[in-house]
Amino acid sequence: MEVMLDRPALDALMPMSLLADARGHILHAGPTLAKMRPEGYFAGQDLFGLFRFKRPRDIAAMAALRAAAGTPLRLCLLDDPQSQLRGAVVPWGGPAGGALLNLSFGLHVFQAIRHYTLNAGDFAVTDPTMDMLYLVEAKSAAMDVSHDLNLRLQAARIAAEEQAFTDTLTGLKNRRALDLVLGRYRRQGTDFALMGIDLDYFKRVNDTMGHGAGDMVLQHVARLMLARSGEGDTLVRTGGDEFLIVLRDRTDLEALRPRAEDMIRALEAPIAVPGGSCGISASIGLCASTQFDLWDTPQILADVDAALYAAKNGGRSRVAVFVPGMAPSQKDPEAKGRRLLARTLPPEAGGSVTDPPLRR
Amino acid sequence: MHGLINRSIQMFIRDTYGAGVWRDVAQEADIDPAGFEAMLSYDDGQTWALLEAASQTLGRSPDCVLEDLGTYLVSHPGLEPVRRLLRFGGASFVDFLHSLDELPDRVRLAVPQLDLPQLELVPVDEACFRLECGRRLPGFAHVLVGLLRTMADDYGALVLLDRPAPGQDGDHVCIRLIDNGFAAGRSFQLAAGG
Repeated sequence: MEVMLDRPALDALMPMSLLADARGHILHAGPTLAKMRPEGYFAGQDLFGLFRFKRPRDIAAMAALRAAAGTPLRLCLLDDPQSQLRGAVVPWGGPAGGALLNLSFGLHVFQAIRHYTLNAGDFAVTDPTMDMLYLVEAKSAAMDVSHDLNLRLQAARIAAEEQAFTDTLTGLKNRRALDLVLGRYRRQGTDFALMGIDLDYFKRVNDTMGHGAGDMVLQHVARLMLARSGEGDTLVRTGGDEFLIVLRDRTDLEALRPRAEDMIRALEAPIAVPGGSCGISASIGLCASTQFDLWDTPQILADVDAALYAAKNGGRSRVAVFVPGMAPSQKDPEAKGRRLLARTLPPEAGGSVTDPPLRR
Repeated sequence: MHGLINRSIQMFIRDTYGAGVWRDVAQEADIDPAGFEAMLSYDDGQTWALLEAASQTLGRSPDCVLEDLGTYLVSHPGLEPVRRLLRFGGASFVDFLHSLDELPDRVRLAVPQLDLPQLELVPVDEACFRLECGRRLPGFAHVLVGLLRTMADDYGALVLLDRPAPGQDGDHVCIRLIDNGFAAGRSFQLAAGG
């Protein structure tokens, strides 16, 4: 059986057809294909001079093209390597004739439509490209909505987490955060120093000027501490008027002593509160993670507390560095350390209370 | 890095080695054990930390981990959709290989933010191909080795794969086709649920 098609019929069925004679000269390019280039670009030209074949790779003769019947063709316009075209080829015009190609944009149809301002009339009625465009646009719209939701949920999760690790009065980290940070340093083998800060005469402020003034003092203290901290410092409010700074990669306690003394001096400046001003001071205890053979978080916290206790006992407003044998602040040396740690964290969150001591 | 990539690594470790190993790896990489959301973007550093931690924890080289990941992506029962989407590439393994050129574009069509490296299949001779892999994702060629080996089985083709050697313009995988129709392979119907 042989079918004869005139040009309008061929263009209606295959708007991207390409008909070439035995020498490879282009006899006809379909109307959609013609839209890709200026008028008269294709007619009479050598097919292999305008197109580069990627599959079968680099064929450049009519015989090879005719032999590729049944193979999916991949080609591009030589003057635009980005133009990806797919195609099918059938021999045409007898045993020594030319070839009829039917091309399509394949996946690049989206770029092509924009680039060549194509419309529905440029595709065969049977071509599902329009349906595909519809599907992709609908999918993108749905994905965008879902993506927005993802981002909002993620932001809400981060905010909730941040809140869970933040002391709401001062904005510093809380005990849950302290536990996470110490757990991470333990896993990573990161050394650090601990600076335990206990306010002196704070109770007097609370008792004589009221809790509102006490809260303002605590916020003022937090601001002073933040202004004196650097990258790698974790500032924690561990209790009422107790603070702890974890200083990553710092273990020379004598070098930290001036910083602690400067902190005390800053805290001793009069603080303005409604109805007057008040004065406080602070005692500071220092210890370093390198002072221990065993990495036992409650013990480390108990030891910084012992140093703090020594500073208080020594007359307040001073700095004490932990030395082994210092008297613990309570009968059970670990009690304070344990109290300092939140116990509500699940073990997978890095809870160091439940971690066994680790040999350094 | 796209969450789909990070989550693939997470699920590979969890499904292959168990939830405990995943927690160890996450902890080692300093990553939230809850892991990654598929449709969010993450800092690239997390991906590299994750792969390094996986390599350390599993005691396997990063290349081997990535190759196993490639195998996992197309063989785990829970990821049947991935195998199916790849089988849309062609009726035979050779057609499938040729379809890889278009894989990054196909992926972008589905998930515009997921930017895979450019792939180009270069026939060396009748039975030998070189799959050139752009540099966007270092190590991606190793994932491809695992993936191609499993897909060859899936198609019932017998192939030899050469491990990629890093080149100036990116990695490549050498594929030697011994028999395009060696075995029956696994069944595949275009219509899902067949």
